[in-house]
Parts: sequence; structure tokens; C-alpha cells
Amino acid sequence: MHIVDGVLSPQVLLVGTTAAAGGVAVGLRRLQPDDIPRVGLLSAVFFVASLVHVPVGPASIHLVLLGLMGVLVGWASFPALLVGLLMQAVMFGYGGITVLGVNTLNMALPAVLCSHIFGPLLRRSGPQLSVVLGFLAGVVAVSLSGFMVAMALALSGEAFTLAAKATVAAHVPLMLVEGVVTAAAIGLLRRVSPSALSRGTPPAAP
Amino acid sequence: MTSGTRLQGPRNWGDLGLHAVDSPIQRRDPRIRVLLAGTLAVSVVTLDDLLLSALGLGLAMGLVVIARLRLRAVLAALLALDSFMVLVVALLPFSVPGEAAFHLGSVAATWQGLETAALIALKANAVLLSTLALVGTLEIVALGHALHHLYVPDKLIHLFLFTVRYLGLMHQEYTRLRQAMRARAFRARSDRHTWRSVGYLLGMLLVRSLARSERILAAMKCRGFDGRYHRLRHPPLERLDWYFGAGGLTVAAGLVAAGAL
Repeated sequence: MHIVDGVLSPQVLLVGTTAAAGGVAVGLRRLQPDDIPRVGLLSAVFFVASLVHVPVGPASIHLVLLGLMGVLVGWASFPALLVGLLMQAVMFGYGGITVLGVNTLNMALPAVLCSHIFGPLLRRSGPQLSVVLGFLAGVVAVSLSGFMVAMALALSGEAFTLAAKATVAAHVPLMLVEGVVTAAAIGLLRRVSPSALSRGTPPAAP
Repeated sequence: MTSGTRLQGPRNWGDLGLHAVDSPIQRRDPRIRVLLAGTLAVSVVTLDDLLLSALGLGLAMGLVVIARLRLRAVLAALLALDSFMVLVVALLPFSVPGEAAFHLGSVAATWQGLETAALIALKANAVLLSTLALVGTLEIVALGHALHHLYVPDKLIHLFLFTVRYLGLMHQEYTRLRQAMRARAFRARSDRHTWRSVGYLLGMLLVRSLARSERILAAMKCRGFDGRYHRLRHPPLERLDWYFGAGGLTVAAGLVAAGAL
């Protein structure tokens, strides 16, 4: 869920953009040149994943997979999501230039938090526990992100309170789907390619 | 979209194919266009007046005409944006306090709310159209160069170019895996089995992309990659570029000044 241009108040835009810039700076500093192909390809995969529509009840929902992204790339979620949103704005014509920072923050901060909470646990847990942790990571990231979007709207003026509530409501089914999809993906990674989950320590060069 | 998991988005990956058309905007320097798009977006968003926002949208439409954008691509982008912002905008008339304009059941829509909704719709569309005309028409490599000149960190540009480059490939891989699932009679439904299967599919996609990224890195190292972004051309700014930039800045400043009056 991202916000369009012209909705948020200048104060929210300023604070959000500044915080996002800080996050991107940290993410870039931690990103070594050797990490760029890995993170670049992963962010391409996440972009493709965000185009996948999954049926839920009578409607369909598109995936975001912020929890999975956080666990896989950590702080690089900030630059990776900025790139994704920029691509969407410029190349696919979704707009969202002035809200680039706020949207990046709303998505990347939950991802980074998930990487800090679930990353270390995942590295130590077996296949079964990883599935549970994966589910939690998916749920936590999306709920947090939905909450932040709602906060950004609510802080921009009383007029958006209703829209903020609608945003929270819209995120409830998404939480469940994201949880199940993330759990499956992490369970698979745990078995097929455990090194992928030890973020920051790429597999030793052959 | 209830028939199952389908993909949305332009079939032509990487862009809307807007840069193929020669136009007065296309001949201007990428750096100026990026800067101008940013300035225009910020100044339009700060507007608080319905008439000025409409003027902003008119200006953006003018840019679209000058850039000779294909009508279809523009309409597709507008549809994507406007169907997306419906949720926020449609609720506004009912949540802004003020004088009632009409009633829908027991809730009243206010004039003030309608005005706010119209303001947002005008501004969002203006930003979208001007961005599309100025930056959407850039070739991706040219955009990378422009961002480099504008002191965007090398690593961010690399990441951007990598993501753009491999987006199509990852999508192809996704389509192949989906086809394999269809061959085994998989049908997307609203249940856990479907969600889990999609999770496995994406997990597999991640595994493959990680393996591929290691091969790419090895190939890059072999050619001396050290993290720097090398520009291939250093085109100087022409006089027309300066005029174009100055003209655009004047318009943006004029909008903001008129709004402050």
C-alpha cells in the first residue's frame, strides 16, 4: 500500500523523507560493492512478487513480502525499496515523486525491524521453527507497514482519519496471506539454501 | 481478477516505450529534465488552491503534448494511478467536516470534503503527467547518467540499473515456474494450499536468483568491477537546455508564488 502525491501534509513529508534518507544512507554504507548483484537481483524478484495477485475470498490481493525481504537483505531494504518505488513512479507511471521518501520508510522500516527480530532467530532454528518464524515475520512486517501508512494519513489531518481506518482494515486479510506465503518461502530456503538466510555473510567464494 | 493469479503491468518490461519518440523534450539534457521534474512535483504538491492546481495539471498536460507521449501509455498510467487513489479520495467528502453537499444514506458529503478530494486528484495527476513527460521518456542508461551527475551515490545507481536489468528475466523465470505448476493442474484458489504454493514458487525464484547473482558477481570481478559507476559520455549542457531549465523553474516558482499570495 503506498500513498499518492498531494495527500500528506508538509510536516509528515519532511519528517518521513528525512528518516528515509537516513535509512537509505545506512543501507548504502553497509552495502558492499560485492553485494550489489545479489541485492539487485533480489529486489527484481520482490518487484515481480509484488505483481503477483493472489485470490483472497472474492477479491485478489497483491503480495509485498516485506518480512521476507528484511530477513534476506537487512538494511539494504531501504535502498532496494527506494529503487523499486522509483522504478514504479518513473517507468511504470504510478506517480508518487514527492512521497518517495515516506513510502520507502513505511515499507523499509518494518522490513529492517523484521531482519533484526527474526534474522538471528532464523539462523539458529531448525526447519519447523523457521516456518513459524517466517509466518510471524510476514505478519509483523505487513501489520507494521499498514500501521505506518495509517499513521502518516492520520497525522496529515483529521480529514484522513477515515482513510487511515480503511487502510488498517484492508491490511488484515493481507497479513494472513503474507504470513503463509512468507512461511512457505522461508521454509523452502531453509531446506534448499540455508546460507541465503544468513544475511550479511554471503557464502564464501569458491 | 477473481479468475486466479494473474500478472499485471506493461508487457514491455523496463519502460513504457516512451523514449523511442523524438520530441522537443527528448532533445533536452537528462539532468535538467530530472531536476525540473522534481521541482515541478514539489511545487505542485505545495499548492493549496483548486484553480492553481488545475493550472498545474494543464501545464503537465502541455508537457505531455510536447513530449509526444502515446495516448495509450498515458491513459494506462492515469488509470493505474486513479484506480489506486480511489480509496483515499472517495472517502474524503464524507470525513471532512463542513457544509453538506449531498447525502448518501445517512452520511453527508461536504463541500469542503469534495474540494479536498478534487485538490488531491488534480495534484496527483499533475505530478504523474509531468514526471512521465520529463523522466519517463528517458532511456534507463541516460537516467543512470543523469542521477550520477546529480550526485546520487554510485551504489544506488548500480542497484537501480541491476534491478531494471534483471526485472524482465526474473519475470520470465516466474512465468516459467507458473507454467510448470499449471502443467501439474494447479489452479489458484482462495486457500492455504494456493498461498503456500505461491510461497514455494517465490522461494524457488529466490534460490535461483541468488545462484545467478553469484555467477554475475564472478563475471564482473573477472572484468575488474570495483564498485565504481563509469560514465560513458560527458555531454555538455547546450544553451537550449539552460533556457529550458530556467523556463521550467520560472513556471514552478510562479505557481508557488501565486499560491502564497
